Amino acid sequence: MTTLSCETPETQDHAPALMKILERHERRRDRLIPILQEVQEEFGYLPEEQLKAIAAVLDLPAAHVFGVATFYTHFALEARGKYVVKLCDGTACHVKASIPILEALQKRLGLSDRKKTSADALFTVETVACLGACGLAPVMVINEEVFGQMTPQRAVELVDELARKEGGAP
Amino acid sequence: MTTTENTLQIDGRRVAIDGERNLLELIRKSGIQLPTFCYHSDLSVYGACRLCLVEVEGRGLSGACSTPPEPGMNLRTNTDEIREIRKISVELLLANHDNQCPTCPKSDGCGLQRLAHQLGVEKVRYKSVLTRKPIDASSHALVRDPNKCVLCGDCVRVCREIQGIGAIDFAHRGHEAAVLPAFGSGLAQVECVNCGQCTVVCPTGALSPKPEMDETWRDLSDPDLTVVAQVAPAVRVALGEAFGLPPGTLSTGQVVAALRRLGFRHVYDTAFAADLTVMEEGTELLGRVMKREKLPQFTSCCPAWVKYAEHFLPELLPQLSTCRSPQQMFGALLKDRLPQSLGIPREKLRVVSVMPCTAKKYEARRGEFAKDGQPDVDRVLTTQELARMVKAAGILFHELEPESFDMPFGLASGAGVLFANSGGVTEAALRFAVEKITGEPLPGVDFHEVRGEAGLREATIRAGGLELRVAIVHGLGNAKALVEAVREGRAAYDFVEVMSCPGGCVNGAGQPVGRERDGRKKRARGIYEADKTMPLHKSQENVFVGACYAAGLGDIGGEKAHALLHTHYHGRPLAAETRSEERE
Repeated sequence: MTTLSCETPETQDHAPALMKILERHERRRDRLIPILQEVQEEFGYLPEEQLKAIAAVLDLPAAHVFGVATFYTHFALEARGKYVVKLCDGTACHVKASIPILEALQKRLGLSDRKKTSADALFTVETVACLGACGLAPVMVINEEVFGQMTPQRAVELVDELARKEGGAP
Repeated sequence: MTTTENTLQIDGRRVAIDGERNLLELIRKSGIQLPTFCYHSDLSVYGACRLCLVEVEGRGLSGACSTPPEPGMNLRTNTDEIREIRKISVELLLANHDNQCPTCPKSDGCGLQRLAHQLGVEKVRYKSVLTRKPIDASSHALVRDPNKCVLCGDCVRVCREIQGIGAIDFAHRGHEAAVLPAFGSGLAQVECVNCGQCTVVCPTGALSPKPEMDETWRDLSDPDLTVVAQVAPAVRVALGEAFGLPPGTLSTGQVVAALRRLGFRHVYDTAFAADLTVMEEGTELLGRVMKREKLPQFTSCCPAWVKYAEHFLPELLPQLSTCRSPQQMFGALLKDRLPQSLGIPREKLRVVSVMPCTAKKYEARRGEFAKDGQPDVDRVLTTQELARMVKAAGILFHELEPESFDMPFGLASGAGVLFANSGGVTEAALRFAVEKITGEPLPGVDFHEVRGEAGLREATIRAGGLELRVAIVHGLGNAKALVEAVREGRAAYDFVEVMSCPGGCVNGAGQPVGRERDGRKKRARGIYEADKTMPLHKSQENVFVGACYAAGLGDIGGEKAHALLHTHYHGRPLAAETRSEERE
């Protein structure tokens, strides 16, 4: 009787940074979400190659990993800009006119609801459901910095300022 | 606990609780057919469609599928409130649905259509919000139309839980939620094995077998072509269902007659090729057993299982029988023999298979099953498609006088016919192998120990001084578990039969989708009955198979036989390993 070999097809050349994260979580399937969070921190977003590698190492169907990654708005499957502008569109911000701010930013940076990152890879503009700072509505966050009582004009000024700092004209 | 204590009330009637897992099972057992989209007793409970809502006194409305029965419960299943909620649920689905019913492949068996009618939905009060998404027609076997998906997830669960694959899953969220292969690729680019069981559980036309009827009609009406058919064993116990006959009704003669009426020049029996497979695969098995190598030998007649092994078990491939499936053996043989005997060029011959299976469509397109760019099998029709063609031609199936298959490739033994059932390939192989080992005729041909319904069946057959340890699995999840057991040394076999569809080919995704719970068992019984009524029961008794070897195939398992009847396998990447540029 020949026995079957026990090798698992997971020993490919995955990125060392990814493998480190997976090892830290003991390659546990129930750690999928924290793994995705750390991979996003490491790579700035969730590249397809890394999602496939995660699926292969954790022995999960790739469709499942893709499903989890697309369920949470926190996860991004496309590269994001150096500055991630999160505009709150929760109830309070919405009634305090968050959408005109979004439209002004999109117009300024040549973006749309589908195209969220500027061509120069400096800015990503996205909406989030609630930032928990309703007293400051409408609220905008650029990377980690919070800006309250935004107006379309003020938002565009902030973006222009950052663009100047980076040496380009948006 | 006494019986009276272990009861509950359903619409004022007292009903005993008898180990039912949920209220839905109990209510249905009591004779009330609660509507559902997302509930299948073989799959995990999902509780998404909300159609099985019932009123539990003191608790309000609960999903019957996800509530365990408790003694003393007082249930109401048909109140004004429940009826209205069910109606709203269906209306909301219809507002987000591509309601092109007359042209839908599921038109005659759609759960959404049926429930909308039954629940009295006569208009949709909500504005349509359907945004058209592209149809995925990348696969040779299946079509995925997201515009018809109701997000019940039945397909997701059957693929993951029964087949152990997970080629599709829910992606995105809220109004953007969709059932998708990984990264939104086409089904052909991921580890889908084309078994089509997703199309069986899909209540709508969101997943369906890919039709080849138009191409077949064109071939049939082309005067330059000679079109012949081969009919798989499982078709003969299921085609009748499309015409109102009970599952398992044996209608071999009507199937042949219908195909002739449609214009097929010759109609052959794939069970003939199954007999041929038994000779080749049985000889291969005995060779391996004598040398104690490459064991257990796994069967290779199920193309979904072969693709599964290529994706997930590449190290197992040397253990698969190198035999082509009966469909492909037959294709190669017919394309080799018929041009000469009919006096036509090979390129003017068309071989059309009628199969219970969607994966056979994919198998026929595999590059290795073609010669000079011409496939051995040109078209694969499912049983469902044949039924539609018969109806399109206006043929009254009930009134057809039975006709016989054409000779010589229409002669088959009962063993060949058994290939339709889980356990049937094993039984056919044993009828050959045991005689071969002992050199004496079998006292009886039935091997009851390999028959049955269990997902894994094992038997040890003693013949001469030899012990053959055989195992039969159906459902790829069961195959996966068996391979793990063998790997870890918890099990050891000489021969393993794998069929991807639960119950085997009789329950293939190309068969009419019946709503009868016992349909698959009845079809299996029909196959065993067919075996009984046939004059031959062993593949080695098939004189025309013998004649094939004498007239050119040479020795069983010999060089010519290998060139025509055997194949090779190759590992395939998983979706998780495919590079993006390899996808379309």
